[in-house]
Amino acid sequence: MTAILRARGLGKRYRRRWALSDCTVEIPAGHVTGLVGPNGAGKSTLLNLAAGMLAPTTGTIEVCGGRPADGPEQLAKVGFVSQDTPTYAALSVADHLRLGARLNTGWDDALARARVERLGLDPAQRAGRLSGGQRAQLALTLGIAKRPELLLLDEPVAALDPLARREFMQDLMEAVAEHELSVVLSSHVVADLERVCDHLVVLSASRVQVAGEVDELLAGHHRLTGPRRDPATLPSDQHVVTAGHTDRQTTLVVRTDGPIHDPSWTVSQVGLEDLVLAYMSRPDVGRDTRPVLEVLR
Amino acid sequence: MIWLTWRQFRAQAVALYTALVALAVLLLVTGPRLTHLYDTGPGAFLDRFNADGTDKAVYFLGLAAVLAAPAVIGVFWGAPLITRELDSGTHRLVWNQSVTRTRWLATKMTVVGLAAVTAAGLLSLMTTWWSAPITRAAVGRRAPAPRASGVQDLLSGRFSPVSFAAHGVVPIGYAVFAFTLGVTAGAVVRRTMPAIAATLAVFVAVQIAVPLWIRPHLVTPARLTTRITTANLRGFMTPARDAPPHVTVAIDSPGAWIISNQTLGPAGRVVGSLPAWATHCAPPPGQPATAAQQACFARLSDLGYRQLVTYQPADRYWTLQWAETAMFLVAAVALTALCVRRVRRLA
Repeated sequence: MTAILRARGLGKRYRRRWALSDCTVEIPAGHVTGLVGPNGAGKSTLLNLAAGMLAPTTGTIEVCGGRPADGPEQLAKVGFVSQDTPTYAALSVADHLRLGARLNTGWDDALARARVERLGLDPAQRAGRLSGGQRAQLALTLGIAKRPELLLLDEPVAALDPLARREFMQDLMEAVAEHELSVVLSSHVVADLERVCDHLVVLSASRVQVAGEVDELLAGHHRLTGPRRDPATLPSDQHVVTAGHTDRQTTLVVRTDGPIHDPSWTVSQVGLEDLVLAYMSRPDVGRDTRPVLEVLR
Repeated sequence: MIWLTWRQFRAQAVALYTALVALAVLLLVTGPRLTHLYDTGPGAFLDRFNADGTDKAVYFLGLAAVLAAPAVIGVFWGAPLITRELDSGTHRLVWNQSVTRTRWLATKMTVVGLAAVTAAGLLSLMTTWWSAPITRAAVGRRAPAPRASGVQDLLSGRFSPVSFAAHGVVPIGYAVFAFTLGVTAGAVVRRTMPAIAATLAVFVAVQIAVPLWIRPHLVTPARLTTRITTANLRGFMTPARDAPPHVTVAIDSPGAWIISNQTLGPAGRVVGSLPAWATHCAPPPGQPATAAQQACFARLSDLGYRQLVTYQPADRYWTLQWAETAMFLVAAVALTALCVRRVRRLA
């Protein structure tokens, strides 16, 4: 696996608060990776660190084999669209494409123009007069037409309506297929990511909770329901992600590579959303216990 | 990058240069009349100039424009250069194109900085050309009249704080300094309004501090120790009846900038005043000196009283102009270095 993004012990502190701590993660090239977690989990911080907008407090981060934003070549390799999808209010759509062409050596003007036309943006319109969704699309056009190796998108669909979300995701998939682009996009809505992501990183309480291929994550997690019992009595290869108890019943989400043999359990599949929620609501979240970090294979 | 800088900056550039053109037209219309006035009678020129309200108004307008232009450039061109991007979040757009922050900042500062230098240079050139007859008339006089009017006071030396800062090459130094000060304040404070306030406060403080404490010492002043005589006595002040008098003397250096005029006591050290008995040396108002006064000053001289004058001779005008400009350029380079460091660390 060649990693397009590699973080080791990465941490970022704002004054006294750690926005991200001890983040060790590898994101493989050629995938669309979803970065998911609740608000304030450190998603934006991780993406800003990867884009070189922030400098890490501890640890290292490597993107496309280099230090983020370290010189023009490195900048050309990484596209980043920030959460607020900033554009110059006084500049027209055409001006923005011109900006992209002047400031990027690998600018794909045909792609940019075709995309703007397809989106129905008027080139003469000032960006300040575009709707939130249109502004997001313009910012994304700049990110894609730059033809980066890695595209980082921070909450890219937050400003879009459901139809535009679907179109945008489809569009992104096409761009990925066409240009061998790696994408890391963040969202706190799992449904947004489910359709497009084949790789997932769950971030919660400023730590990476789990990371891996979506298919393998789904295959390696089970929901167990059975008579009430202590989760500590499970076989050693079964790791409890969450446990819930009623007077008579116990429900567990466990991670295991092997099959479940115990006949007292009713075993059911875990959906992506449930899996993410299970990791987000882990009771030891935020304490000093080491979270599950390793990539499942 | 130059295209983007110009695209963002052109409205501000047009605004200031339009004002500059308007002033140029005004000066071009009124200038030749002033030259004519000087040519027809240099001796009475200053009195005739003072009698004309319009000319005086234009003169002060030009002076105010040259003095205020650097502050305007620092506040409206310098301070928002970075903060406007931070306020609207567009720094996250532009810093993620294939151009490093350093190059981004360098291009912006060069383009806008050159526009600032050009504006300040043209402004100084225009007003210096317009007021050339006044300067010539003022330099020609050996010493200002004792009861000069306000305008004449300002003109009395090209070295006066206001006049010096508004002529020659110094306005360019002020403009470059104010611009880089504004940009740096923006990079440090990160918000537009506080950056503007900080720029203005620091720049005004510098405009006051430089003529008071720095300009006189940019080049080591010349020193002259002389006897006090009825011939060179220029000022004789007694703070109270029978209190020790203070004196100032004139020196034979036309157009010089007198920095200090102090009395040295018998021990050769600076004393604030003459002894109390020297009140008798006071010349009767409006009458020629008498033998008694001459004897009085001779006695002071015998006791060892001297007057120490430190001054900048008139021919050092351009040396001081270039020295002050160079000082501001060095300060601008230091500020730019600080600014680049800040921008590279900004989030």
